[in-house]
Amino acid sequence: MSAPDYDPKQVSLLDAAQLEAAHAAGLAAFAAAASLDDLAHAKTAHLGGQAHVSLANREIGVLPPAAKGDAGKRVNEVRRALEAAFDQRRAALEDERDQRVLVEERVDVSLLPGAVLQGARHPLTTIQERISDVFVAMGWEVAEGPEVEHEWFNFDALNMPADHPAREMQDTLWLAPEGSQVVLRTQTSPVQIRSLLARGLPCYVVAPGRVFRNDALDATHSPVFGQVEGLCVDEGITMAHLRGTLEAYAEAMFGSHLASRLRPSYFPFTEPSAELDIQCFACRGDVALQPCRVCSNEGWIEVGGCGMVNPAVLVACGVNPERYSGFAFGMGLDRTLMFRHGITDIRDLYEGDQRFTQAFGTEA
Amino acid sequence: MRVPLSWLRTFVPELTATPDEIAAALLRAGLEVEQVHRYGDDITGVVVGRVLDVEELTDFKKPIRFCHVDVGSRVHEVVCGATNFVAGDLVPFALPGASLPGGFQIATRQTYNRTSDGMICSAAELGLAESSPGILVLPADSPLGADVVDLLQLRDEVLDIAVTPDRGYSLSVRGVARETATAFGVPFVDPGLLAAAPVDGGYDVQLDDPGCDRYVARIVTGFDPTLPSPPWLQRRLVRAGMRPISLAVDVTNHVMLELGQPLHAFDLATLQGAVVVRRATEGERLVTLDGQERALHPGDLLITDDSGPIALAGVMGGAATEISEATTGILLESAHFEPSSITRTARRHRLPSEASKRYERGVDPDLAPAAAEAAVRLLGELGGAVAGPVTDVDHRAPRPQLQLPVDKPGQVAGRAYDRGTVLQRLADIGCEVTGDQVLLVTPPPWRPDLTGPAELVEEVIRLEGYDTVPVALPTAPAGRGLTDSQRLRRRASRSLAAAGLVEVVTPPFVAESLVEGLGQSHHQPPRLLNPLSEEEGLLRPSLLPGLVTALLRNVGRGLPDVALYETGSVFRGAGTPVARVPKTSQRPTDEELAALDAALPSQPRHAGVALAGRRAGRAVAVGDAVEVFLALGQALGVTLTVTRGQEAPYHPGRCALLLLDGEPVGAAGELHPRVVAAHGLPPRSVAGEVDLDRLVQVAAAGGPVAAPVVSSYPPSSVDVALVVADDVLAADVERSVRAGAGELLEAIRLFDVFTGPQVGEGRKSLAYALRFRAPDRTLTDVEVLRARDTAVARAAADHGAVLRGA
Repeated sequence: MSAPDYDPKQVSLLDAAQLEAAHAAGLAAFAAAASLDDLAHAKTAHLGGQAHVSLANREIGVLPPAAKGDAGKRVNEVRRALEAAFDQRRAALEDERDQRVLVEERVDVSLLPGAVLQGARHPLTTIQERISDVFVAMGWEVAEGPEVEHEWFNFDALNMPADHPAREMQDTLWLAPEGSQVVLRTQTSPVQIRSLLARGLPCYVVAPGRVFRNDALDATHSPVFGQVEGLCVDEGITMAHLRGTLEAYAEAMFGSHLASRLRPSYFPFTEPSAELDIQCFACRGDVALQPCRVCSNEGWIEVGGCGMVNPAVLVACGVNPERYSGFAFGMGLDRTLMFRHGITDIRDLYEGDQRFTQAFGTEA
Repeated sequence: MRVPLSWLRTFVPELTATPDEIAAALLRAGLEVEQVHRYGDDITGVVVGRVLDVEELTDFKKPIRFCHVDVGSRVHEVVCGATNFVAGDLVPFALPGASLPGGFQIATRQTYNRTSDGMICSAAELGLAESSPGILVLPADSPLGADVVDLLQLRDEVLDIAVTPDRGYSLSVRGVARETATAFGVPFVDPGLLAAAPVDGGYDVQLDDPGCDRYVARIVTGFDPTLPSPPWLQRRLVRAGMRPISLAVDVTNHVMLELGQPLHAFDLATLQGAVVVRRATEGERLVTLDGQERALHPGDLLITDDSGPIALAGVMGGAATEISEATTGILLESAHFEPSSITRTARRHRLPSEASKRYERGVDPDLAPAAAEAAVRLLGELGGAVAGPVTDVDHRAPRPQLQLPVDKPGQVAGRAYDRGTVLQRLADIGCEVTGDQVLLVTPPPWRPDLTGPAELVEEVIRLEGYDTVPVALPTAPAGRGLTDSQRLRRRASRSLAAAGLVEVVTPPFVAESLVEGLGQSHHQPPRLLNPLSEEEGLLRPSLLPGLVTALLRNVGRGLPDVALYETGSVFRGAGTPVARVPKTSQRPTDEELAALDAALPSQPRHAGVALAGRRAGRAVAVGDAVEVFLALGQALGVTLTVTRGQEAPYHPGRCALLLLDGEPVGAAGELHPRVVAAHGLPPRSVAGEVDLDRLVQVAAAGGPVAAPVVSSYPPSSVDVALVVADDVLAADVERSVRAGAGELLEAIRLFDVFTGPQVGEGRKSLAYALRFRAPDRTLTDVEVLRARDTAVARAAADHGAVLRGA
């Protein structure tokens, strides 16, 4: 259906029947439009500048004033109706198009662009951070010291003079040549000395790090292993404070469900000295669950040594043992990790197999 | 120390506790019982039998005997391979159906064409010895048919105790028995109280060195060297972990195990003149009991006679004066030596012995005469020996008296102990105590470890039980949290993991060949004096050897794509040993501390990476390593720049030098093809390493971030394509463009690299999108074009860049 021609001499454009015919033609054209393109053409024909309603609108101006109102109203009604029909049809056609196109654009959302390997941090690193955070939350600070250390820090100042049998407790790795006085630190305890010398008092520090022993590598021993040292020197520090601190540590690391105990032991740099044992997570000392491969039926697992700082150590650091006292501890991080994560072979920690580390993610 | 409970109970007669209870109580007191060994429970059906007759079977290659054995109720036929018995001897006889240690079952069987209806047992077969040459002949008064387990007291438990270096007294049944008696609150019968007064005419002994402050010498004559040690003596030694050797030696070992006093037996007939204790002189030599000739050191304390050295004091005797199968006269030495001298000699000659182990930890100097007396009595009872004169040269210093405020143990423990408790516990360990508020404590002679109030405090707290110490948290002053450097190092580690790398922690011991192969030798890695293995004798001067080794391991385990990182110390150079190590009686001076630090090698923390295979869907390339380090710098807030490098162990055309403020801080690159080939690495593997300490140091000095001014005026974008020679680095061109464009340049992005005939042979086109913006106005086209032109001009001046299409 085509639009009526414009003839300015006639006012038939405003004829009711013609207007109604134009209305009907427009509605039919919009309804018949099969695509947005068709609809655009139909809009030009029925609502464009040359469309019946547009031409009729122009004629209104020449009508006598009395007729203008009625004519204008009728033309506008038709125009609005056509516009509404157009909008409705356009919305419908756009919905149809979107549905079709978006379906066509479907992709396999599980197909990833060339994936980068999942990065991960080593559990020895993250456990050090976790332990440090536990102590930092108690107001302690994190101290550090070198891995290759002078024997004065590793032994002498820790109350282990040259011929002390305690030096034999640890198979020490020495740097060449003979007489270098330099060792790979056998413990993190030299950081106690460095902290006392450098920080002043009171001193509350933890020092995680690597230590070294001349020990062959097997499933339960490594010549390199992690330790975390703790040192608290202040006025009025007692063994009760040592117990309280260790219990806080044990709870943070192992949860509150496992018991701990202190067992008398010997370290030259502490007096009294003790070993800290944690209840075996596997058998908990229950004979019914033994034989236990984790603790060899002991019911306990040794996680570190501790004690009250030997006055001789304080003296070597220029601290007055009459006024100050303190406690210190050294926990094996490898043992702690093996214990927390059920690692059965310590070599897994040091071989660098990326599958091992990946399982631990990036935080402890 | 292995302590048979049957032995221990002889000194704690009222002890009724079970072995497990004893082990638990000792553990609580600080004697670490590592294991409780049980013996005898696995032996049944072994009785005393009499050998009636012996028939030698001669048809076989080795001696075989066929015997009849009477066990009282009946007579058994038995085939036996041992020959050390005769008809009439009493022997342990395992009846058919008997069990022996290790689950060994005895049954009637046919062998050597005879019926063997049981077995005649050796000491080893009864768990009484590690090995035994023949069967065990029992004393003639053993009752026929009696159960051998009861008769020989085979049923026993042995505590295996790990003794800490301060508790030398626990290297004896006496010491462990005392602790046991204290733990259970029952009486202790001290075996160390035998007295023997000196008798004139004793062997001449002269102490010429303060390293020996007591020497008891006992002459014993008429000893019968053919007599064997009785079963009970052998059993005790074996259970305690020592090998029976001969009666005389077994007696000295028995006394040492029982009392903790090492004894030495010289063959009296071989001695020449007075025994003199002195230091060695240069050039002296001694053949020790193990047959080794040893060059002596002037620090070695010696026992000598007119012939020269006859023993390394407290460590090992000499071969020339060793007692033999013909020895009838013995000079017994029971002496006290200074611990550190023994430690040095034992270490120097690599001769840790049962004796040196005890002397190093301190032996009771009061014990020498009692121990000698105990041995003399046993040699008399078991070997028919006659006690002769006694020499006791006694240069002991008076025992020190320690002061202990009576409330000190409570102050250390954080709880109160009443006066009675403190006195009781000090008495338990053998101290003599007087005084009121400040106790005057004389420790017992077997506790040389008690040198100050701190040690006494430990004894009180330990014996009362660590579990009775209360629990309290100390109040630390307000902490400052992690330092900037610590925070930055954590950030570095997270950044590397976020870049898709997996952290490894590799041992720092590396092989010289690998260090050389990776071109890292010029960093002067320190050498270990006593490495774990000869191959890996150096400390790593770089993280690359460890990373390459880990990379190879992953590839070897079938992982095609590997991306590793490590952060940690590397070790370079050597320090200067200090002339005199500071004393520990006071704080070292700052100069002394500086000198100690100057004795150490340099040990900066580095961060390293190694990648192989594919990453982000394509083969890894040098850019991957460079990008990871640039991101690391970004995470720390420092800007690393890249330039071309020529570092080992990288491909000379594919090596990037990483700069911070114009100074090199590391390198990254594709590993040199020869390195790849030499180590069997995947082709095109890449690696890199930076000085993490340096990055962290610069980052920490940077202070807080200065906030940028974010302009809301519209940007103006313009693209430029610059043609440069092929070997010009894109990073350098970009730097020039940035510098030339000035402050209006907000961002620059390389969006295309093009090579081809259009740009000319040996040249490349780099297309950059530049975004300009001003903080305070909308830029005009003129301003933007001017900035672009100066940027191009700078690139032209710096690198001969030509604007493409111009």
